[in-house]
Amino acid sequence: MAAQNPLLEVRHLRVEFPTRRGTLVALDDVSFTISAGEVLGVVGESGAGKSMTGAAIIGLLEPPGRIAAGEILLDGRRIDNLRYEDMRRIRGKDIGAIFQDPLTTLNPLYTVGRQLAETMTTHLPITPAEARKRAIGWLDLVGIPAAAQRIDSYPHEFSGGMRQRVVIALALCAEPRLIVADEPTTALDVSIQAQIIALLKSLAREKGTAMMLVTHDMGVIAETADRVAVMYAGRIAEIGPVRNVVKQAIHPYTVGLMGSIPPLDRRVERLAQIDGAMPRLSAIPKGCAYNPRCPKAFARCTEDRPDLLPAGATQAACWLYAGEGKTNG
Amino acid sequence: MTDTLRRFFDSDVWWSFTRSPITIISAIVALICILGAVFAPWIAPHNPFDLASLNLLDAFKPPAWTEEGERAYLLGTDDQGRDVLSAIMYGARVSLLVGLSATLFATTLGVTLGLLAGYLGGKLDALLMRICDVQLTFPSILVALLIDGVVRAALPREVHDQIALFVVIFAIGISEWPKFARTVRGSTMVERNKEYVQAARVIGVSPPRIMLSHVLPNVLGPVLVIATLNLGLAILSEATLSFLGVGVPATQPSLGTLIRIGNDFLFSGEWWITIFPGVTLIAMVLSVNLLGDWLRDALNPKLR
Amino acid sequence: MADTPMLELRDAARYFDVSRPLLQRVIAGEGKRLLRAVDGVSLAATRGRTLSLVGESGCGKSTVARLAVGLYRPSAGQVMFDGRDLAEARAASDQRRRMQMIFQDPYASLNPRWRVRDIIAEPIRAFGLLPDRAAQEARVAELLTQVGLSPLDGHKFPHEFSGGQRQRISIARALSSNPEFLVCDEPTSALDVSVQAQILNLMKELQSRMGLTYLFISHNLAVVRQVSDQIGVMYLGRIAELAPAESLFRRPRHPYTRALMEAIPDLDMTGRARIPVGGEVPSPINPPTGCAFHPRCPLAGPRCKAERPELKPAGDAMVACHAVEEGRD
Repeated sequence: MAAQNPLLEVRHLRVEFPTRRGTLVALDDVSFTISAGEVLGVVGESGAGKSMTGAAIIGLLEPPGRIAAGEILLDGRRIDNLRYEDMRRIRGKDIGAIFQDPLTTLNPLYTVGRQLAETMTTHLPITPAEARKRAIGWLDLVGIPAAAQRIDSYPHEFSGGMRQRVVIALALCAEPRLIVADEPTTALDVSIQAQIIALLKSLAREKGTAMMLVTHDMGVIAETADRVAVMYAGRIAEIGPVRNVVKQAIHPYTVGLMGSIPPLDRRVERLAQIDGAMPRLSAIPKGCAYNPRCPKAFARCTEDRPDLLPAGATQAACWLYAGEGKTNG
Repeated sequence: MTDTLRRFFDSDVWWSFTRSPITIISAIVALICILGAVFAPWIAPHNPFDLASLNLLDAFKPPAWTEEGERAYLLGTDDQGRDVLSAIMYGARVSLLVGLSATLFATTLGVTLGLLAGYLGGKLDALLMRICDVQLTFPSILVALLIDGVVRAALPREVHDQIALFVVIFAIGISEWPKFARTVRGSTMVERNKEYVQAARVIGVSPPRIMLSHVLPNVLGPVLVIATLNLGLAILSEATLSFLGVGVPATQPSLGTLIRIGNDFLFSGEWWITIFPGVTLIAMVLSVNLLGDWLRDALNPKLR
Repeated sequence: MADTPMLELRDAARYFDVSRPLLQRVIAGEGKRLLRAVDGVSLAATRGRTLSLVGESGCGKSTVARLAVGLYRPSAGQVMFDGRDLAEARAASDQRRRMQMIFQDPYASLNPRWRVRDIIAEPIRAFGLLPDRAAQEARVAELLTQVGLSPLDGHKFPHEFSGGQRQRISIARALSSNPEFLVCDEPTSALDVSVQAQILNLMKELQSRMGLTYLFISHNLAVVRQVSDQIGVMYLGRIAELAPAESLFRRPRHPYTRALMEAIPDLDMTGRARIPVGGEVPSPINPPTGCAFHPRCPLAGPRCKAERPELKPAGDAMVACHAVEEGRD
């Protein structure tokens, strides 16, 4: 079953935030892998730690957050303990990042052509003239009309959707092997969203780029991802092939999450809801973090914290499936 | 009340205070200055204004720790035989009174006008802001000098001496209000578009009420910071005016007046007459400014 | 009269002056620039029902919401509340009391310096509904219970609550004046899905219990489907299609409505290839001539470029489209 060596491997990642009221554990024992050409979707509600996982991988954790344990390997090489300068090189060359707000990525003072060309000449052995030619090619590829004319425009001269396309071009132009995309379509309108998702998907497929797609939108995941990790309170609740997670969720949280998405094709009198709210990091309950909201919780759930265990076609951190691993294994 | 106190000691502001040694030292220095000034009539070793107790034979006594010093005059005496320490305590009282009153005046005026300009907008806003612009192009000390000069020329001397203190307060205050008005206007424009203000407008809460009970409490944070920093500035302005001889009347010497008087003796060897009031002024202004800097950082969530 | 609509817009419009300052305008030699946020909208909200407006950002739906409660005055046309002019109705506090609004951002809609009980009691005090302090407190406790919070929560401050709980507080505040008409401007779009389901369920429950009339603004078609009786699809300040909810989803008529539905990611993973609508929403300062949707519309013909379509009946819906009118759809 063991696939070829994964491109990205995250092992037992733990991120802590020291505060005056004690240390908050923002990510706890997060492990997953992404292979080349694969799209891993990471979903969860706000505060579940999905964006933080992305930030930890690209080495941009906001201080005072720090990686307290675990390791992150890119192509078998540890990248979580690199110095800032080394990490910066990797960020442009091996890992591309796409954020929710394109304005945070683009420098308003430079033309998009210059930003693209500079990124390429920094990381690839090409001449400035070649870089400019390629920059036009990239803009064209991400669907910017009249790319040759638009290359000397400044970011503010583009609309929101077009800017996000530029950001995608910028993230891809140094031909990284991994893209970390954090809510790349959330700030965009539905009709633009669809265009961007289609673009990301086709580019990743064409170039064989691995992608970690962080979003709260299950629809986006269902359309784009190959596998999906569902996060809750800083841990992975369930991880598996996207079809299984979406259609036959195992973990009670995933079941609740899927059930609470309003369906487009019919009207239901009452939506399934998960009562309560995700706990704050300062008050994560003992045992399984989901136990106070879980309809199926039993004694063990309030005592021990479950690890990810094989359950059906996916892996779930749930005591309901504690026995299954052995019988299947 | 106990609830409020408990919340204060549990707050991030208090926590950041306890984490900053410089701030704690500043607070102690400021507290000593303020207490010494406020309680001067009760704790000062001498009364420098009691002419009967002054003796010219006591003039030019150096500080107590020098060879010719006397225990009774810890920081020495001036040309009139006044105890320098007592004069500083009384002088700080005047400096502080002028600084606080001028800041309070500038704050009240600036916050009121800024709130009106930011909330009502339109022509009133444009008018007030142009006035601010014009005023900000003059150095505040120049504005203060101008007002003081006009009042001096317009009123007879004895009347002027009576109201001199108020003139200085007014002059310094009026030159500082635009800073408050600009800040408050900016934050008010942000707050007025927030949904809680719109919710109040849907209910039909009147604009003055919205300004006072909704907007004002939410724009006061930066005002507190500017007011603190401005207090140091106002004390300095007063000292400058008094040093130039156009500030408070000679019958109520402030630190600035003391420095000016002592300045005459600096080169004849009686350094203590001007140095100690000067050091006090620096200590007072610096500690207040450091407190203001800390407050600005403590109230800024981005830096935490 | 029972069939007077609760709210009626008659060809209502709202323009914003977005001109540059006078001096700059004179120097650049340009005229005034008007942003036509809402440009001739007619609709009626039936008593006890939910009328929803959907559309992408900049379509004017939030401006309609603000016109409906009198936060904006119409630049042209009329807004009627229960059969009389809204401005006139709002002058009387016993009429103003009947309308309330719920906002999008649960973090900005509650005054951070006020305790929850004072926030909820504000309308009660403003309208002088309960002069007695003890009665006010009892009413606040009742409202808190009604929206699923504890009466003990009243003495807390907003920052002590999660986004979903804050939205409940907003609803409690809106209900405290015993309104009949609630304008809900994207009430769930800042919330996580599981919490969104809670709030939608709560709103539906309150509607059936109290006979409330909702004007519901959202960009999310799936959410709109769950709550609406009637739906207006807006594009660039105008209504493209106005139809009973079921009819709109069963048979979307306007090409824009179809494009919107097409754009929503498919959660059922049928694997159908979506054809995203191309282009972007044009600027409302310089809207295209004729039908504003024609540059993106697959059915656009010469008439669409020249002549602005009016809302005309098509089956049980009203559609503003030449192609539909001519049977070219």
